[in-house]
Amino acid sequence: MPALLEAAGLAHRFGAIPALAGVSLSLRRQEILAVVGESGSGKTTLLNVLSGRLMPDEGEVLCDTGDGLRSLARLGAPALRLLQRTRWGFIQQDPRASLRLDITAGGNIGERLMATGARHYGRIRAAAAEWLAAVEIDTARLDDLPRHFSGGMLQRLQIAATLVTGPELVFMDEPTGGLDLSVQARILDLIRSLVRRLGLAVVLVTHDIGVARLLADRLIVMRAGRIVETGLTDQVLDDPHHACTQLLVSSVLPA
Amino acid sequence: MAYVAVKGGERAIDAAHAWRAAARRGDPAIPALTAAQIAEQFGRAVDRVMAEGSLYDRELAALAILQAEGDLIEAAFLLRAYRSTLPRFAYAEPVDTGEMLLWRRISATFKDLPGGQLLGPTTDYTHRLLDFSLLAPDRRPQPLPAAAPAATSPPVPRVADLLAAEALIEPDPATGASPADLTATPLAFPASRDLRQQALARGDEGFLLALGYSTQRGYGHTHPFVGELRTGEVAVSIIPPELGFAIEIGSVTLTECQMVNQFAGSKTEPPQFTRGYGLCFGRADRRAIAMALVDRSMRAAELGEEIKAPAQDVEFVLSHADNIEATGFVEHLKLPHHVDFQSELETLRRMRAAAAAPGHAETREDAA
Amino acid sequence: MIGYNFAYLDEHTKRMIRRAILKAVAIPGHQVPFAGREMPLPYGWGTGGIQVTASVIGQDDVLKVIDQGADDTTNAVSIRRFFALTAGVRTTTSTEAASLIQTRHRIPETPLRAGQIIVFQVPMPEPLYRIEPSRAAARRRHALADYGAMHVKLYEDITRFGRVAVAYDHPVMVNHRYLMSPSPIPAFDNPKLHLSPALQLFGAGREKRIYALPPFTDVRSLDFEDHPFHPGRAPHACALCGATASYLDEILVDDRGSRRFVCSDTDYCETRRSGLLPSGAG
Repeated sequence: MPALLEAAGLAHRFGAIPALAGVSLSLRRQEILAVVGESGSGKTTLLNVLSGRLMPDEGEVLCDTGDGLRSLARLGAPALRLLQRTRWGFIQQDPRASLRLDITAGGNIGERLMATGARHYGRIRAAAAEWLAAVEIDTARLDDLPRHFSGGMLQRLQIAATLVTGPELVFMDEPTGGLDLSVQARILDLIRSLVRRLGLAVVLVTHDIGVARLLADRLIVMRAGRIVETGLTDQVLDDPHHACTQLLVSSVLPA
Repeated sequence: MAYVAVKGGERAIDAAHAWRAAARRGDPAIPALTAAQIAEQFGRAVDRVMAEGSLYDRELAALAILQAEGDLIEAAFLLRAYRSTLPRFAYAEPVDTGEMLLWRRISATFKDLPGGQLLGPTTDYTHRLLDFSLLAPDRRPQPLPAAAPAATSPPVPRVADLLAAEALIEPDPATGASPADLTATPLAFPASRDLRQQALARGDEGFLLALGYSTQRGYGHTHPFVGELRTGEVAVSIIPPELGFAIEIGSVTLTECQMVNQFAGSKTEPPQFTRGYGLCFGRADRRAIAMALVDRSMRAAELGEEIKAPAQDVEFVLSHADNIEATGFVEHLKLPHHVDFQSELETLRRMRAAAAAPGHAETREDAA
Repeated sequence: MIGYNFAYLDEHTKRMIRRAILKAVAIPGHQVPFAGREMPLPYGWGTGGIQVTASVIGQDDVLKVIDQGADDTTNAVSIRRFFALTAGVRTTTSTEAASLIQTRHRIPETPLRAGQIIVFQVPMPEPLYRIEPSRAAARRRHALADYGAMHVKLYEDITRFGRVAVAYDHPVMVNHRYLMSPSPIPAFDNPKLHLSPALQLFGAGREKRIYALPPFTDVRSLDFEDHPFHPGRAPHACALCGATASYLDEILVDDRGSRRFVCSDTDYCETRRSGLLPSGAG
């Protein structure tokens, strides 16, 4: 299957600190790739570079825009924005950063639709209600302001607002970080079922091996900006080679 | 030559004061300004100083302006300091602006309304062209305008009341309770509306103006309309305990602005306009309107609006509105700070020496 | 007026403003920054409109100035006097007779002709300002045609109130490309912007922006397919001339709630009353 995303020789520094060095990878359709590592390993920087939010100092990202593989850096701002709003999605760790708390739940979900030309109030509202149900929020809350939603509900709302345009590739940055353990489990379940049902490709950043094991087909382990280990999730986690990976695996509390 | 310690602070201060007194007087060949001239011909400055000095006395305010060489914040400071020395002998009854002897009364919300639109002595429609004829001193007494308009007699109904009669505007949140006194209790947050209003009434006009302006430009927009702006005289009454009934002790000139703002409501609750209010001493459109804008903005929490803008942040607004507090602290930076600075110098020197020392680079921790 | 150039501004300034106007006409609905000058009237009172008028007015022009639709409101009187003094041009209250009209918050009821210029006084040229107070961020949105947030605002209105709650300054899409503020004209006047034979110029002095609608430009008010734009007016007839299709002022007659409704466009009302019906009026 042709790649959806390809990165070659990515490098980036913040001042004197190398955030990425010699990173290359590729992602196929419907593939779920987890990027794991300790904080400071460069995984969030990698996510930002792959999703076009940060231009790397060196290297190139190629992506499928529906028109063959194109270089992200040469797309131009309007095309990149359109891509990020339709074919791609980005789920932040803190849903408050991407949702508008003074806009109703329905308005938040409908925003991407309206930004890409939807002009029928009834249909926008119906789509928003469908998605609210899909993320297991009571549709009676369609007209509520998210200001009073719990952390878990806000994350579900962000997921709905992101998936409403039917993206084929979703970037996720610690999607369950900051949530209670029981809430985490339910959100992960939701993500897993949605991803399978919709056939999404995912690049998922997490420091939690358990999340990677649950969701990901393939795994990349990062340390100090470099990829130190990569492979199928089960293989890597059952038989970690690199010291870093071994540390990550062993630090998980037994179920 | 051996170093001689710096002395002579008192002599320096005396000399500075003498110089300043001369600077205040200026060229002796030019006639001295009198406080009476200032009270009469610099009325807007007097109004501002009374408002920010929080003391209604035109003569004293004029004196303060004269003494302060026209620095209005300095003059307000003088008046405030004088206010501290005055005994408080009574609280006035609430003034009834509905009974105001009007010089000026306009509404931006209706073209015509009972009582009419009275322009009063406004600069609103003047063209801002320098009038060089004012450079030549008056030789002949100016004739009074053909029909010097007398103040109209009350009552002239308020726009807000006319809207309230149709329930188009939220009811006036006034209660019968006694208002708190900003000068008697230290400001704490959350602050009730009466305290907020008092702080605004004496707040720096420039600060209020900028905050009000910011809301109009989108930082907490409240959809303002001037429902009513009125300027005139209101009677001040007290109830002396010996008498047990109210007596009028005089009158003050006030400007009042009632703002009609963004309606709130929902599909179930019929929407109503909301209110903003400003009241201040003297002829002061700018201050009253700015106060009303900021007053409405500060009600954001009460009206369920998201607080995103500086003008909606009650603590921010009230903590920085008093220009006498502000100028004191800002200008205190001129005072000697060399003791603190010396310790900063020493610390900086030590840090720089440590950075330049050999072997320092290797001891830096590996970046994560 | 002695010591002042024709129409107050010096020729260099006029040329600078005309260049901005030309750019604006070339890109309908796009805001062009210009180096506005301090005028003898305060910011917010029409300085942008005055600078645009001063830059295009000529000796043979016939000038009409209205505020809230009327020629005799105080600010309209002040501005008309300003041009009478500084340009010595003929002034008129008749929409039909005018070659140049400066207006605050209304478009005349009498349809404009080819060859006429109407100059709008604009307080806030940026249609996104209530959603995005930063001008720098708003510029990016215009460049990327990123107007979703404005539709979200309308969506929220319908959700909260059952209808779009924008009564005036209802944003419009110009030439299918730029979102524009039509200035605080009532929604009732929005349809007059569309395919007008006149040249429509917009001046914002305090914010220092000029924008324009060349004749016969496509101008559509933002709405939803199932909640179409609805220009509203008070459901009454004018108490003076009986018009049922003009925008009305509500006059409070006493403090018991009695009111009358009269045409806001005083020239239109007088013309109807004098028996001379302007062409195309109802």
